[in-house]
Amino acid sequence: MSPTDLLQILLFLALILAIAPFLGAYMARVFEGRVGFLAPAERAIYAACGTDASEEQSWSRYLGAVLLFNLAGFALLFGILLTQHWLPWNPAGMAPLDWDLAFNTAVSFVTNTNWQAYGGESTLSYFSQMVGLTVQNFVSAATGIAVAVAITRGIARRQARTLGNFTVDLTRGVLYILLPLSILVALALVWQGVPQNLAAYVDATTVEGAQQMLAQGPAASQIAIKQLGTNGGGFFSVNSAHPYENPTPISNLIQMVAILAIPAGLALTYGHMVGDKRQGWAIFAAMGVLFLAGFAVTYWAEMQGNPLLASLPVDQAAGNMEGKETRFGVVNSVLWAVSTTAASNGSVNAMHDSFTPLGGLVLLLNIQLGEIIYGGVGAGLYGMLLFVVLAVFIAGLMVGRTPEYLGKKIESREVKLAVLGMLSMPVGILGFGALAAVLPVALASVQDAGPHGLSEILYAYSSATGNNGSAFAGFGADTPYHNVMLGLAMILGRYAFIAAMLAVAGSLAAKKITPPSAGSFPTHGPLFVGLLIGTILIVGGLTFFPVLALGPIAEHLAMLAGTKF
Amino acid sequence: MIANKEAPLLDARLVRAAAIAALTKFDPRTLARNPVMFVTAVVAVLSTLLLAADIAGGGSENTVLFALLSFWLWLTVLFANFAEAVAEGRGKARADTLRATQRETTAKRLRDAGNRAYQEVSSHSLAQGDLLLVEAGDIVPADGEVVEGIASVDESAITGESAPVIRESGGDRSAVTGGTRVVSDWIVVRVTQKPGESFLDRMIGLVEGAQRQKTPNEIALTILLVGMSLIFLIVVGSLEFFAHYSGALIPVMFLVALLVTLIPTTIGGLLSAIGIAGMDRLVKANVIAKSGRAVEAAGDVDVLLLDKTGTITFGNRMADGFLPVAGTSERTLAEMAMLASLADETAEGRSIVDLARRKFGLDLTAETDAKFVPFTAQTRMSGVDLPDGRRIRKGAADSVLADAYDDAGTTRAPRDLVTAVEQVARSGGTPLVVSVDRKPIGVVHLKDVVKPGIRERFAELRAMGIRTVMVTGDNPLTAAAIAAESGVDDFLAEATPEKKLELIRKEQADGRLVAMCGDGSNDAPALAQADIGVAMNDGTPAAKEAANLIDLDSDPTKLIEVVMVGKQMLISRGALTTFSIANDVAKYFAIIPALFIGVYPGLQALNVMNLGSPSSAILSAVIFNALIIVALIPLALRGVKYAPSSAAALLRRNLAVYGLGGLVVPFVGIKAIDLLINAVGLV
Repeated sequence: MSPTDLLQILLFLALILAIAPFLGAYMARVFEGRVGFLAPAERAIYAACGTDASEEQSWSRYLGAVLLFNLAGFALLFGILLTQHWLPWNPAGMAPLDWDLAFNTAVSFVTNTNWQAYGGESTLSYFSQMVGLTVQNFVSAATGIAVAVAITRGIARRQARTLGNFTVDLTRGVLYILLPLSILVALALVWQGVPQNLAAYVDATTVEGAQQMLAQGPAASQIAIKQLGTNGGGFFSVNSAHPYENPTPISNLIQMVAILAIPAGLALTYGHMVGDKRQGWAIFAAMGVLFLAGFAVTYWAEMQGNPLLASLPVDQAAGNMEGKETRFGVVNSVLWAVSTTAASNGSVNAMHDSFTPLGGLVLLLNIQLGEIIYGGVGAGLYGMLLFVVLAVFIAGLMVGRTPEYLGKKIESREVKLAVLGMLSMPVGILGFGALAAVLPVALASVQDAGPHGLSEILYAYSSATGNNGSAFAGFGADTPYHNVMLGLAMILGRYAFIAAMLAVAGSLAAKKITPPSAGSFPTHGPLFVGLLIGTILIVGGLTFFPVLALGPIAEHLAMLAGTKF
Repeated sequence: MIANKEAPLLDARLVRAAAIAALTKFDPRTLARNPVMFVTAVVAVLSTLLLAADIAGGGSENTVLFALLSFWLWLTVLFANFAEAVAEGRGKARADTLRATQRETTAKRLRDAGNRAYQEVSSHSLAQGDLLLVEAGDIVPADGEVVEGIASVDESAITGESAPVIRESGGDRSAVTGGTRVVSDWIVVRVTQKPGESFLDRMIGLVEGAQRQKTPNEIALTILLVGMSLIFLIVVGSLEFFAHYSGALIPVMFLVALLVTLIPTTIGGLLSAIGIAGMDRLVKANVIAKSGRAVEAAGDVDVLLLDKTGTITFGNRMADGFLPVAGTSERTLAEMAMLASLADETAEGRSIVDLARRKFGLDLTAETDAKFVPFTAQTRMSGVDLPDGRRIRKGAADSVLADAYDDAGTTRAPRDLVTAVEQVARSGGTPLVVSVDRKPIGVVHLKDVVKPGIRERFAELRAMGIRTVMVTGDNPLTAAAIAAESGVDDFLAEATPEKKLELIRKEQADGRLVAMCGDGSNDAPALAQADIGVAMNDGTPAAKEAANLIDLDSDPTKLIEVVMVGKQMLISRGALTTFSIANDVAKYFAIIPALFIGVYPGLQALNVMNLGSPSSAILSAVIFNALIIVALIPLALRGVKYAPSSAAALLRRNLAVYGLGGLVVPFVGIKAIDLLINAVGLV
């Protein structure tokens, strides 16, 4: 590893480590109601919604509120996308979307996936982007955070029936966390040269004399929330590889930090809210180890280059540069790719399709493990807590007590719910993926032959089920079949986890807390971190190993043997 | 002790009986109780059909392999059935011993309460509330309560203790157990059990698999195992499609074989054996559980309430030292105290003689003309009048002083005597004042003697995270002294049944699980309130009814063993689950390359065990999967080794043994089986 690469990595990690504790503590204060600098706005919103902010909801009512709110958001966005030609701010004269693409896109943004089966600058009006998508970028992220906070309360509370008020949590998440941070990041991006206007597209003559249309728009503000909210939906089609979305290495660093800041902070918010900061750090550490391991493998794989190109006049000293921007190089492309797949963000600054097979495998596995390596805002935390429930149950028996987590007994109801939630990943990825691998209507979208084609299918369904949103570019997703099936996978991946974990939280909230003793299972410290990582890798690995063997692993071994497809 | 007879883990007769029972367990209704094995059985049926289709189609190059795979899939189910049957067999053997005490006898049922006229009926026709006459030589026909009379009862059939015990109406010694024998006198017993619901009946139900209720953790674990099976069903089902995409044609037989190796058959096959074996260990310890749930909950106990008397101390106060006053020498005091106690048959008296003998080598014998004065409730002193006229007395301080100074009592007592008395009392002991010719010469320090080894026991419990609380009627001063000496964590002094109940409720409100033992009727509410209540077998029916465990030996320290059995049961389940899941890693490395090497030759790199051929690789994994069940039966029956230690230490050890072990063992095992298969040239 070159010193400059190492320096960039360390700088990135240092920034995350510096920001997460502050943000974590701040967010805990926000959701405990101890931050109030926008209290008038808050009160106005509650008044408009007819919400009594002091009234708390049971887990089922909380879930009901989440579903209803998301359903309404879906209906609104679906409507906008179908009628954008009648709506204002459409200087480029974009046509309405087909129903299947509109369905897919609406689901995608409501579920915080931001899978994009369309090209932003060639499909959507400014109105659709700003009023349609950006609104969801905020509230889908705030929904995730609210659910995570409600689940945290369930774990922390003693013999309680309620988990909080969804409207209040949602409002506070937007007002005190997402909005201020977005403004900050947007300003920084404008400083780095990202456009922020409502101007029509510009015709330009290139140095070579060719004519080119330069897309414009309110990009900086959109990009800020797309990263902070782990949404990932690009303003432009090629996402953060586009020079207007991500012009410089500094804008790149700002965006990478923005991707991980809130998910990493939330792990520590958790520690604050359950009254034991070590618990938050344990979860943070488990995520961190998985993140670094993924980065190490991918970086190594990309630096190896492609042996198939060795005979060609291609300089591979800088590693595998296919599909990567020269202004970022391998290190920043890999760091971004690992962050965006780990954190369920889905924005890209390089083409994941063009990574080496092993590099691509790590990206795929990051998503398949359930988007818990920091994960989506909120979603990463409650997804990780699902694995905590499983790890505590299996290993907890081995200390000779009914398994307990933070003094709460993990019994058959919690296990049942966690298992149901966990099933959504294999169903969405393997079940839906298997259909796509054999149905002719689905296969038409696959660009490449051989194992790489399978990786494309897998990546698409993993990305959808994991609510990530990034794609292997070779996969032509905009067909009625995939639009519908991927939409369903997104719904499954999002709400199976939310419903299962809110129910677990409801059940845990009602329980007594057994005070810790030498006989209770310690859930902080390296032993537990190792156990949690082991559970995640074994459960995730066992689920996806066979299909990964047929996809990226077979491709990698074939590449080493010099076989092409 | 009949119930305590130690049988070897497996003997030939047991194995033979279990092998037959294993076959009867192929009944689908029995299999359906165990979802993982049910899936395995369905797969075995499917594999047989596939084999039949293959043969009907004229056979193929894979016919022999198919036949072997199908055979081993059936064996997998058989082995799991066998594991359960062995555990049941051992449980049943013990239950039969218990049941022998319950054989049909003739009962003398009284026509009405007033007179002794009775009619002889079969013990099986008795109903709750019937009054029975039991005379010397009769077997007590059913569990009940003595309502009239007093008798000595031989309870050796239940407890193994050969000395008969007294059972009488009223008070705390009124319970009789069916199967015991009255050896003298007669009693009238009111039947308290419903037919078929005696404690023994319940216990027998717990060691017989068919009626056994699953415990809460067992249910939760079963759900997890079903979930894992479902995931693997999706994995294997979808693999067919992905293989098709990749251009690989995999026989369905190989996929179903993969499925069986992946689903957690090891723990699935041994789960009920672990539960039954846990109950069996409890019976071996002479404890009857009313439900499996209670035993499992014992593993969760946070607070243990222990009676001081009989549990922490011997229950009898013993002489611990001589404190002479008024210029008497210690030796003289010991001599006098010994003379006064020679004819005293109480434990206290004997302990004084013992101490004097040990400390000063005194070897006095009673003089023939000495006149012993026994203890009476009026004088509250005992002693001796020697032939030389000396009059020696010992007794409670106030009575001896009243005797010495008439009514003036303590006011005229010498200063050093008062100091000595206070000193003994402050240290938690009982002062016994000795006087000669009405002149006090010193104090004998009587002490509650803490049982040897109890301090270590408490330290163990502390390491396990269990807090011990001593319950005693003593005053706080005495209680504190004994608590300090015995190493108990906390104490409840001047305990009344109400205070006990209140303490239990308080601990429970703080989220702790409380266990206690008791015997008296006034313990019943606390026993019922406690999460784990252990009643002594010689306790009252009310206490036995309120408790969820009954100790046949009436040994209060047994509570600690019950906790251990509960913990061991949970640990065994967790350890084998971890082992089972970790095993899958090696199985993947055996089977996945074998399945796809044809279409992607590069996948040979995943064949890290370098297995001989794809066929032998798949067969080896299936055989390993079946044999590991048999190999782990002894572990399931005996339970995972458990030494009291902190949760963190236990977790570290068990993760290393069963987690890492579970990863490594199958690599070795599958490789060995593969070498054997290829050496024999089986496929």
